[in-house]
Amino acid sequence: MSGNTVKVDITVNGEQTSADVEPRLLLAHYLRENVGLKATNIGCDTTSCGACTVLVDGESVKSCTVLAVQTDQRSVTTLEGLSPEGGELHPMAKAFREEHGLQCGFCTPGMVMAAVSLIEENPNPTERDVREGLEGNLCRCTGYHNIVRAVLAAAGQDPDAEQKREAESDASRTAPGFSTGGAGA
Amino acid sequence: MIPVAFDYERPDTVDAALALLAEHGEDATVLAGGHSLLPVMKLRLGAPELVIDIGRLADLNYIRVEGDEVAIGAGTRHRDLEASEVLATEVPLLPAVARTVGDPQVRHRGTIGGSLAHADPASDLPAAVLALNGTVVLRSARGERQVPITGFYTGVFSSVKEPDELIVEVRVPRTGAAGWAYEKFTRRSNDWAIVAVAVVDGRVGLVNMGPTPLRASATEAALAEGASIEDAAALADQATDPPADTAATREYRRHLARLLTKRALTTAAGV
Amino acid sequence: MSIMGTRVVRVEDPVFLTRGATYTDDLTDERLTGALHLTLVRSPLAHARITAIDVEGAREAPGVVAVITGADLDLPPALLFPAANKAMVRPWLATDVVRFVGEPVAAVLTEERYQGPDAADLVAVDYDPLPAVIDLKAAASDEVLLFPEAGTNTALGFGVEDAFDETLFDGCDVVVTREIVNQRLAAAPLETRAAAAVWGDDGRVTIFCSSQNAHIARDEIAGWLGVEKDTVHVILPDVGGGFGAKIGADPEFALVAALAKRAGRPVRWSESRSENMTGMGQGRAQLQTVTIGGSRDGKVQAYRIDVLADAGAYPRLGTYLPAFTRMMAPGTYDIPKVESRARVLVTTTTSTVAYRGAGRPEATAAIERAMDLFAAEIGMDPAEVRKLNVIAPEKFPFVTQGGVEYDSGEYAKAIERAQEAAGYAELRAEQAARRERGDARQLGIGVSSYVEITGGGAFAEDAAVEVHPDGTVTVLTGTSPHGQGHATAWAMLASDHLGIPIEKITVKHGDTDLIPRGSGTMGSRSLQTGGVAVYQAAGELVELAKQRAADLLEANVDDLEVDKSNASIVVKGAPGSKSVTFAQLAEQEKLAVSTTFDSKKPTFPFGAHVAVVEVDVESGKVTVERIVTVDDAGPVVNPLLAEGQRHGGIAQGISQALLEEVVYDEDGNPLTATFADYGFPSAAELPSFELVDQATPTPINPLGAKGIGEAGTIGATPAVQSAVVDALSHLGVRHIDMPTTPLRVWEAIQAASKGAK
Repeated sequence: MSGNTVKVDITVNGEQTSADVEPRLLLAHYLRENVGLKATNIGCDTTSCGACTVLVDGESVKSCTVLAVQTDQRSVTTLEGLSPEGGELHPMAKAFREEHGLQCGFCTPGMVMAAVSLIEENPNPTERDVREGLEGNLCRCTGYHNIVRAVLAAAGQDPDAEQKREAESDASRTAPGFSTGGAGA
Repeated sequence: MIPVAFDYERPDTVDAALALLAEHGEDATVLAGGHSLLPVMKLRLGAPELVIDIGRLADLNYIRVEGDEVAIGAGTRHRDLEASEVLATEVPLLPAVARTVGDPQVRHRGTIGGSLAHADPASDLPAAVLALNGTVVLRSARGERQVPITGFYTGVFSSVKEPDELIVEVRVPRTGAAGWAYEKFTRRSNDWAIVAVAVVDGRVGLVNMGPTPLRASATEAALAEGASIEDAAALADQATDPPADTAATREYRRHLARLLTKRALTTAAGV
Repeated sequence: MSIMGTRVVRVEDPVFLTRGATYTDDLTDERLTGALHLTLVRSPLAHARITAIDVEGAREAPGVVAVITGADLDLPPALLFPAANKAMVRPWLATDVVRFVGEPVAAVLTEERYQGPDAADLVAVDYDPLPAVIDLKAAASDEVLLFPEAGTNTALGFGVEDAFDETLFDGCDVVVTREIVNQRLAAAPLETRAAAAVWGDDGRVTIFCSSQNAHIARDEIAGWLGVEKDTVHVILPDVGGGFGAKIGADPEFALVAALAKRAGRPVRWSESRSENMTGMGQGRAQLQTVTIGGSRDGKVQAYRIDVLADAGAYPRLGTYLPAFTRMMAPGTYDIPKVESRARVLVTTTTSTVAYRGAGRPEATAAIERAMDLFAAEIGMDPAEVRKLNVIAPEKFPFVTQGGVEYDSGEYAKAIERAQEAAGYAELRAEQAARRERGDARQLGIGVSSYVEITGGGAFAEDAAVEVHPDGTVTVLTGTSPHGQGHATAWAMLASDHLGIPIEKITVKHGDTDLIPRGSGTMGSRSLQTGGVAVYQAAGELVELAKQRAADLLEANVDDLEVDKSNASIVVKGAPGSKSVTFAQLAEQEKLAVSTTFDSKKPTFPFGAHVAVVEVDVESGKVTVERIVTVDDAGPVVNPLLAEGQRHGGIAQGISQALLEEVVYDEDGNPLTATFADYGFPSAAELPSFELVDQATPTPINPLGAKGIGEAGTIGATPAVQSAVVDALSHLGVRHIDMPTTPLRVWEAIQAASKGAK
């Protein structure tokens, strides 16, 4: 029978945290229960939904599929670490708000963190790049339309132009008219 | 869900890891990126008594040219394969295949050694290494051996790797300018392949067409004898034993193997 | 300038984007201090007799406080849907028989979260397997009964007493009939089900839970527990998506409350996704037989739909939804003769509940498929057939053969505008060219015309608006948002009357002690009931303020108006004269209004979608290239929010058409019980959406607004399915059941090429 505990020292959002934990403790639970940061959500059991996405040493990972002990001596960033309290929203968070890239908000922390990692690795993504770069994050509310726009906007691109370009890249499209309001009847 | 409790060791050196494996054998499981292992443990389909974390062993993380081959440390992550300039010129198939594994988060954690050791016939990298005629380097406290990938797999989730052995390296030939392609057929972007076909230098690796990754030997032989792509691809499902599931019947998988082989060979030929 | 109709970004977002929302499992409420964690032992078999349950090993496990079985509980089994067959009651923990994989059998309470699954693994249950009932026709045969005491598997019938009219299709040149599967879907909100309960010294229980309707949840839980409604206090924290499957309470919520009482400590529960995929109610699951008849020149004369609907093991709200399917059966069409009936059956599967459209997508999918089959049979363009048969605008209000009165509609115009935006003629030309060339990637174009019913369940809603002396406003609403943005939209509605900026307006909801009544958020009802109530309350508050201000300003009430630039009451046409702000009035005396708006009737949003897909005819793979939608729900309060609702619905429609299906094997084992197996789409499977706006007001409420939450789902599903079939129509393919997976598409092509039907 197992049951040893291991001491971990993990930098979370720039602050030292430390605890004696069971080796099986998932990073997601460490963040939520031990550190008390509840933005990181758990949405599935199979590394599919990405709601638990955080950055480890700057790269996106699914914290439900990482043991807390695996991040011992590492640096973890959660949604709470992006925007300083009482200050300006992080550019990615700001873009999500302005493009209405969130509804119920459950996928949002993971989605935002995945998006931050995405544009870190690819600063000038196309719409296709964004869609494929977010393949590991599921959302049931938004249909992703505005999430994609938000990520493009945060990358300094014009979402309208980028969606139009993606549309016109295909022969079957004849009259793209992507609504961001559009003409009323 | 959460795993059954286990003991945890994080050795500082490969030798220390091998010593632990020698001591605990089948009761121990190696954890690298954890993206094959932890999902299984979370669903409680597996419950090792000891987890040996090799994720910090920096000397398993490299990609370097050695003679006619490229040597890849077993701890090299999919993301590193994807972004490797060495591989982009020497073995361009591998970064392309790595890019199709899971999603970015998975690729930030998963390793080539872990993927090969897991021995999932639906997995991308084993079939790619098979198409490359690669070699798996196994080490244990007893010593080191090199196993051609063609003789590595023995069945679903099983290989010739002994419980005390660790995959330390994967060696693949430098294919350089030889034609290559990877055709992966999925329902959703980050799903496991229903069927996938890796082609490089006239060799064809099949994903999810049997209990292990397979080579389309009949296709390769036909090509060698000068058959057309069309005719050679029509043999791609010979000697396969594809599974049936909700995504595909056996017959549909056979059809996809032929079709994807045709497409991959066509792409590889630059036609 | 009015704030109405403008793209206001959400006031709820800054918190969501910095520290995250607070869902039930996130709660650190002090009332829950020391809470025990509930883990449920669930049945691995679809249908079996329980012969023994051994909990002794589990009781010895670390951290275990109690292991409870059905025999330990003194709660009688409940009829979860009151109109269903009275014998079809669900036990809280199964005692004799389990009827679906995932049914709770034992409850484990532990001190810590991680101890629960360890202990649950030690509960040993012996089962004696019984035959599973999965297929609806098999269920209808009553050969294997889920509830022998019921004597039938039929939970409820709609119109099944009367025989069909043998002469319905007399006089039709063409009659086509077809069996259509509207497959079972998992609701799959990103937040799974969760609840926490604590009993107070006053004998009341406070239940925090993830639900769309606090008051319905309270009433259901009180009923199940056998206590007065006043005994139960329901508080809804932030809710991570509902989509209909979180309407009211789940049986587990009542169990959490019962166990908290028994343990004398708070209890909390948050299910895993694997539990959710078998435990949470699912949607759709109808087997439809449609028959359509008409003339060769394109007029539809008669339509019949015969439904077998799947209730799952224990009838819940899904049992009622075929009523909506019947009601909306004729869709947007003026069909002289329409017949329908539905039989709802129990099977050894997860119960069905409302899901995103709830009975209406099933109606639309059926009639739209039927229109396509009819169009194909007479060789007419599917868009033309639709325009030829839709209800003309001058006929509204229009009483349908479905027995309801449609309020307003411009159905042909919606189709025209969708076609125009899509470039329909050019698309048909491109399709013809690809067919001519024999391309591997063929083009398919699907057109749907839809009308749905919103606000159909509960017509009345309360609202209260209070201006505080500091100039801030509190709005109380009986609706219950879980992503829809009511905090923003309701603030806009109040602000429009008061001129007080939305940043100063707080919208409160989802607490049965704070808000006396409410029906919550479901069926796309919120704006046309709760939103209108807020708008009305703010208007009434202005009148109250004017009366109070009249003395102060020494003017007649009729001469006063609101100066929205500084939230004050002023004398009309007398700039610079005396004024008094709402805040000043509130300082003198509480300035608050409570009101009720009763629409008395539902509304009928409508629209038309055009989907364009590419089908790789060699592999069977379908790619959605475009989706162009006209979704007309009347005037829009906040286009940003309305578009977001449309986007989500469209994605779901595409996904039902192409990807999603809950699958059971013949023994009743779910084969899609994780997100790895269930076809939940990511951004990579979807295109950007092309929205065309249209706004035809309803006379039913002063905003002219209809519901928009489910429109996308209802319109997009048949458009995409139709496009897939259309891409292959030249090969002789007439129908492919959803989801149109690569396997199904490939098999349809194979069958067509062999000359089979």
